[in-house]
Amino acid sequence: MTPALQAVNLTRVLPGPVPTTLVAGVDLAFAAGSFTAISGPSGSGKSSLLYLLGMLDHPTQGEVRLFGEPTAALDDEQRARLRLERFGFVFQFHFLLPEFTVLDNVLLPMRKLGRLGTSAMRAHAMALLDALDMASCAGKLPAALSGGQRQRAAIARALANDPAFIMADEPTGALDTRNAAAVFAILGGLARQGRTVIAVTHDQGLAATADRRVRLVDGRVVADDAPVAVPAGGGGGTD
Amino acid sequence: MMPLPLAIALAHLSARKRQTLVSVLGVALGVGVFIAVGGLMQGFQGYFRSQIIETNPHILMTDEIRRPAPQPLQLLHPAAAVAISRILPRDPVRGISGAGAILAALDAMPGVAAAPTLRGQAILRRAGRDYAVTVLGIDVARELRVTNLTKDMVQGSLQALATQPNGLVLGQALAGKMGASLGDTVVAATSAGGEHGLRIVGLFNTGLEQQDQSIVYVPLAQQQSMQGRPRVVNEIHLKLADITRSIPTAAAIEGRFGFKTAPWEETYARVLSVFRLQNLVTYGATGSILLVAGFGIFNIISTVVLEKARDIAIMRSIGLAARDIVAVFLVEGLVVGVLGVLAGSGVGFGLATLMRQMPSPGATDPSQRLLVVQSVPLYGLAAGLALATALAAAWLPSRRAAQTDPLDVIRGAT
Repeated sequence: MTPALQAVNLTRVLPGPVPTTLVAGVDLAFAAGSFTAISGPSGSGKSSLLYLLGMLDHPTQGEVRLFGEPTAALDDEQRARLRLERFGFVFQFHFLLPEFTVLDNVLLPMRKLGRLGTSAMRAHAMALLDALDMASCAGKLPAALSGGQRQRAAIARALANDPAFIMADEPTGALDTRNAAAVFAILGGLARQGRTVIAVTHDQGLAATADRRVRLVDGRVVADDAPVAVPAGGGGGTD
Repeated sequence: MMPLPLAIALAHLSARKRQTLVSVLGVALGVGVFIAVGGLMQGFQGYFRSQIIETNPHILMTDEIRRPAPQPLQLLHPAAAVAISRILPRDPVRGISGAGAILAALDAMPGVAAAPTLRGQAILRRAGRDYAVTVLGIDVARELRVTNLTKDMVQGSLQALATQPNGLVLGQALAGKMGASLGDTVVAATSAGGEHGLRIVGLFNTGLEQQDQSIVYVPLAQQQSMQGRPRVVNEIHLKLADITRSIPTAAAIEGRFGFKTAPWEETYARVLSVFRLQNLVTYGATGSILLVAGFGIFNIISTVVLEKARDIAIMRSIGLAARDIVAVFLVEGLVVGVLGVLAGSGVGFGLATLMRQMPSPGATDPSQRLLVVQSVPLYGLAAGLALATALAAAWLPSRRAAQTDPLDVIRGAT
């Protein structure tokens, strides 16, 4: 079966007087509806790999395939459109727009996409917030929320356009243990709904709750406990 | 639901109320001053122009020849390079030859009215003092078809010259200087010799100082007698039904009759060029206020771009394209510009209304107030300039915002 997302010899080198290799020839495939935790020491290239997979960054070498389709030829506008339609991002720091209420933050991707009418967008946003137990905070500004609430609001925003992929970069890094476990539980639930969830974390305990654990060191995959087989001709491989 | 760029722009601006207010006030000041000063300038120039057009001929034919006829030496050596300078007109004095036939031909032209005039200098003498004036001898019946001077008459009438062979119509300002009034007699002396008693039958006030102080009107026959030039006219005044045709009509008439025929744009070219310079200085000065306001807009948007680097990064990661980010900040500039234009239009209207209450300095009529034009094109020009300035000021920071690499910000934050 064609993987939902696939890294093929993915390499990212930061140019400069002394070029820095962030990701070195990574081949990984992700099945639809899987929950993968990427871990590794600081500077191992976890976040860089996530940004490459999420179309936020351009690889120096190799490519990302989406449901078997290459993405290397896409221009910035097309990549932005892909992020809008197919990806939802959750970062360590919630990155909510501070002047907007929680509801308006969740509405933001939907308004950009423009597929739904005003009332449908509001209803969908409220349903997402309700599912994350955040409905009562819809009218609040991010500054009035706790850390856990902000991160749940960020997850609601990431889900706004019903993306196939959830890319979480250290989503629990700024949370206490209880909230961290709750966020990972939410991410696991999203995977069970059929979304492909990839979460970067340095917390091995949380990583253990994922379906699959990938470990990076110096930009290379050194461990993968549930590699996905790529059909012949898929161009990718597993570690 | 309002468009996304507008919603984000309003959120950014409302979070910086004081800075936004200062920027809006800057634009408002520029727009207000532009409207008020531009209106004043247009009012003054429009009044001056209409007075020139109404009280003077649209086209003036004089007894001059722009290009002298070929001289005998040139005719003798047509292939040679012959240059002749300082060609002088023949004495005795010139005049428009065949004026009667020319007038008849001009009368036949549709939309053209013509009147013969003899222009000459004279000294008006009263109470032992002399006043140098330009005397226009006019055919009253014809002159009434080419001038609107009758509407500027404050006493007596221009028509009275038709029944008063030694009648004199002069400016109220000159009469005041001479201490003369309607019905008084003044003595006119010319270079042709002799003195002629003239009776004041009309006083006018055009508001144009040069006209009111130095131009007087007498019947054509009286002027011909005073100047010693019987049956001579040296000017033909023309009025057109369509003033916009003055230049081609003048060229056609000059081409047909040979005498210098100048449209009003040529006759008053110096005044019009002064107007152009005046406009350049005025609009340049008021426009520079808008430029300074533009720096204010640049400042606030640059600040927002710097402060909002994280928000820009998250918007990019969500899927907003670079042009969406440009749109957000351009809309911010536009919002400041539109608010400034609205407030500035109010300021401009208020200033213009205030100036309209002020007496016109130097006006002969003390009840005359400053003329300030308030027109849609003027407001439109001010708004257009302000919005263009706002957009230009927002463009650079918008581009910088769009070029923000979201990863730089996200990596920096994590």
